[in-house]
Amino acid sequence: MFENINFLLIREIISSILIIIGVIFMLIAAIGLLRFPDFYIRMSAITKGSTLGLGLILTGMGTYFNEADMLLKVLLIIGFTFLTTPVAAHVIGRTAVRNKIPFWGPTDLEEFKDYLRKEHSTHRDHERDNKHL
Amino acid sequence: MSLFSFTLIFAMAALSICLVLIGIRFALGPSLPDRITCFDLFVANIIGIVAIYTELTGNKDFIDVAIILSLFGFLGSISFAYYLLKSSR
Repeated sequence: MFENINFLLIREIISSILIIIGVIFMLIAAIGLLRFPDFYIRMSAITKGSTLGLGLILTGMGTYFNEADMLLKVLLIIGFTFLTTPVAAHVIGRTAVRNKIPFWGPTDLEEFKDYLRKEHSTHRDHERDNKHL
Repeated sequence: MSLFSFTLIFAMAALSICLVLIGIRFALGPSLPDRITCFDLFVANIIGIVAIYTELTGNKDFIDVAIILSLFGFLGSISFAYYLLKSSR
């Protein structure tokens, strides 16, 4: 029944489609990094876009090779990326708030004001402590 | 040249254009956290290029490079953010 089907061709087509979709997501992330007006908006754009694009590219590569150890390595990379990219974005975002990187003008900061005041006041307290020392 | 390898080469070219755009933002970025996020996206793009090159050549050893690179990209961005946090206090 399956003699007439060219499985290599089917794998190549599926892999090509997945890789092209992933590359489009990466391109959207890079354009967003270049064009968005604010540091926080840029960080949000590239975190989501690059994670999804990398996952799609690696899934396409694992589909093409059709082996168990290759699939395990691909799943290792995808799981590690999905785990570490939001953590890194969160740490860098907190660092930016600590360092008083300015927000974009139309950003709504009403609910965020208390946290900002607390962060910056602790910042100043630490500076004063350092001066006392 | 088959359509499959043409697609892979086209994908690698598009990722290289992404690298150029990230380099422009890296040179232009007004603050240091901008450059750290640029580094993060740069490493992700390099992992994608390594994966596509693995598929293009059929050599299965290159995927280990992608594993190590994902590890080191995370460590690099975290350590940059950590030292920036320490130096701001």
